[in-house]
Amino acid sequence: MDFNDTPEEETFRAQAHAWLDANAERLQPGERAAGLESRADPDAIKKAQAWQAKKADAGWACITWPKEYGGRGATAIQNVIWNQEEAKYKTPPNIFGIGQGMLGPTIMVHGSDEQKQRYLNPMLRGAEIWCQLFSEPAAGSDLAGLRTTAVRDGDEWTLNGQKIWTTGAQYCKWGMIVTRTDATAEKHKGITYFIVDMQSPGIEIRPIKQINGMSSFNEVFFSDVRVADRNRVGAVNDGWRGALTTLMNERHSIGGGAGGPDFGNLLQIARRIEWNGRPAIEDAGVRQHLARFYIRLKGLQYTTYRTQTALSRGQTPGPESSIGKLVGAPLRQEMSAFAIDLQGAAGAIADRDAALEEGAWQAAYLGSPGLRLAGGTDEILRNIIAERVLGLPPEIRADKGMAFKDIPTGNKS
Amino acid sequence: MNFDFSDDQKLLRKTAREFLSEHAPLTLCRAVLESDASYSDTLWKSTAELGWQGTSIPEEHGGAGFGHLEMAALAEEIGYALTPIPFSSSVYLATEALLLAGTEKQKQAYLPRLASGELIGTFAQAEQAGESATPATTLSQKALTGNKLPVPDGDVAHFAVVSAKSGKNVGLALVDLAANGVARRKIRSIDPSRSLAAIDFDGAAAQWLGDAPCGAETIRQLIDRAAVLYAFEQLGGATRAFEITREFTLGRYAFGRPVASFQAIKHRLADLYVEIELARSNSYYGAWALANNAPELGVSACGARVSASDAFELAGKEIVQLHGGVGFTWEYDCHLFYRRAKWMSAILGNPNIWRDRLIERLQAGNDVGRRA
Repeated sequence: MDFNDTPEEETFRAQAHAWLDANAERLQPGERAAGLESRADPDAIKKAQAWQAKKADAGWACITWPKEYGGRGATAIQNVIWNQEEAKYKTPPNIFGIGQGMLGPTIMVHGSDEQKQRYLNPMLRGAEIWCQLFSEPAAGSDLAGLRTTAVRDGDEWTLNGQKIWTTGAQYCKWGMIVTRTDATAEKHKGITYFIVDMQSPGIEIRPIKQINGMSSFNEVFFSDVRVADRNRVGAVNDGWRGALTTLMNERHSIGGGAGGPDFGNLLQIARRIEWNGRPAIEDAGVRQHLARFYIRLKGLQYTTYRTQTALSRGQTPGPESSIGKLVGAPLRQEMSAFAIDLQGAAGAIADRDAALEEGAWQAAYLGSPGLRLAGGTDEILRNIIAERVLGLPPEIRADKGMAFKDIPTGNKS
Repeated sequence: MNFDFSDDQKLLRKTAREFLSEHAPLTLCRAVLESDASYSDTLWKSTAELGWQGTSIPEEHGGAGFGHLEMAALAEEIGYALTPIPFSSSVYLATEALLLAGTEKQKQAYLPRLASGELIGTFAQAEQAGESATPATTLSQKALTGNKLPVPDGDVAHFAVVSAKSGKNVGLALVDLAANGVARRKIRSIDPSRSLAAIDFDGAAAQWLGDAPCGAETIRQLIDRAAVLYAFEQLGGATRAFEITREFTLGRYAFGRPVASFQAIKHRLADLYVEIELARSNSYYGAWALANNAPELGVSACGARVSASDAFELAGKEIVQLHGGVGFTWEYDCHLFYRRAKWMSAILGNPNIWRDRLIERLQAGNDVGRRA
């Protein structure tokens, strides 16, 4: 038991390191790469695209993709190593993940030869950015309840409806959208999957303002949007299979670091802030809280090491890899709430100039509820663990066997 | 990244699982719990024949000469089976104390007989309700005086390693529990499959472990080392309780469906699973630090100990609760876990103490850890 690379991994890490060192600037200790909030800025997008193209030219883009699609057929552990190494450099935020990590692999499995030919290379190079049009106002955890329709009209389809929580819709060239094409079939059986040009007439994109004031997502409205049949992915009414492929890849890509202030910072402020003339860290209750946070964070970190070990040994990671977001997201919320409590009344200050740590903990507190909802709510994740990991019975479906049009809808918004 | 047990270590664990499923079913734990016996002598002897007690003892002292990863792998299975034997006291504490602080002569005198199972040792630390860093028990002029309560497995141990002071020095005293001046009595334990004793020393003949009082730091180190191995037993116990609960809720029907199909139950099982996995990961880190004598041992022992104590206690509570009414009966095995979890958490310092210790260590500059 140790934390070392195998000799092959060491060689690979050295290659990655050498290329990065020659092509990017290393982060200083304590320095962070540009955050994700700068995503929508056109300059930031250009920088991200330039970096992606540079990687693609050198064979360091989408390294897990098969060689025939421009990747290097890298193993999962090599991908881990590459990401670890790249994170040490001052590189632009990755705005290509949804396409490269989820949609590209879906096209590889379910797309036509023509689609693979046309779309995968610009996706890999970052020349075209992709978004995922899945959730709807009335279809979140129950995604297959989606109501956006696609109606065939010769060689084209006409799309009407609304998608929501779409990351990057405002700067994406392409989207992949799941639609309802047969409302008389059971809900999973009347869905068709398309690639849609986000600049098409009839598409309206509105940013959603979140409780933290930021806008990471959009609503996307479709009014008589035309999509060519050659942009259909998979067979008519068989889109759920493709959607599942996308979602399976989503599970692999969510759960990364949330950024923002960390435990080291929390420990520091607990030592610095005074409670009744003594450092807060001397308070027994404070110590208990800090220790709980630390132990859960470390438990997660070492769980990641176990997952990486399985990858390194060429095995499929065990079910423990599914606990990350369920533990990490609520923990982030609890830590930020506690960091605010530590500050006393000053904890209520969000003003960057007046708040401790430039208001980082207040920002984390306001942003953290989103982490517990995005990519599967805490409750859905518990269902997933219970059903897929522990083998417990699935939920009883009240809509089983029913035609989609007959399913009760209640309050749709 | 190589943060897991090796195939050989996993094989050892699997073999141990098979052996214990045959020789230490839960009925054995119950038999000890319901009888006057303090432990199963038959199981103690058969594990000794397999060499388990000598796992981490070097070959020149009669042991198997394995490392602490092998010991941790076994500990998990010993916990999984809720074995009614004084393994943790004799092996993780007494044996480890000798390995850590004993003179060559002391090692020669004790280790071969500990390895063979002929001797049972224990560690006597607690003196009264509460927590105290300094013992009141005194060793002076080779005579030990004081009262230790409770001493795990103290009624069946042949000798004890006793925390004691001499003037301003603290150390570990080695005392034969059959000696004159030692009075001991068995005390009812919250888990009668693991016994407790009160031991009074009244000038009993004793010697320091090592040439002189070993000091508080060595005692802390001993407890840290044992805490990691305890954590693996706790992890095993939690895992077993979880598995039994899962099986039961799948087989039990209410309102025409398995109770395990209700979200209220599924989510609790999912949460318990998560706690056990976090405990497993923290315990692995402790095992790595223990096996490598790493400077991270102090911090990692805290993480392993707290995480595993909490997980086992939660599992003990959930196995009772999710069985419903029968979970509260003597007849069902749920209480065996409920009891063992609390026994193991109490004996080596409760999670609150260890959380406080963790912050003390982080403050002392072993900071967020080399692998933060």
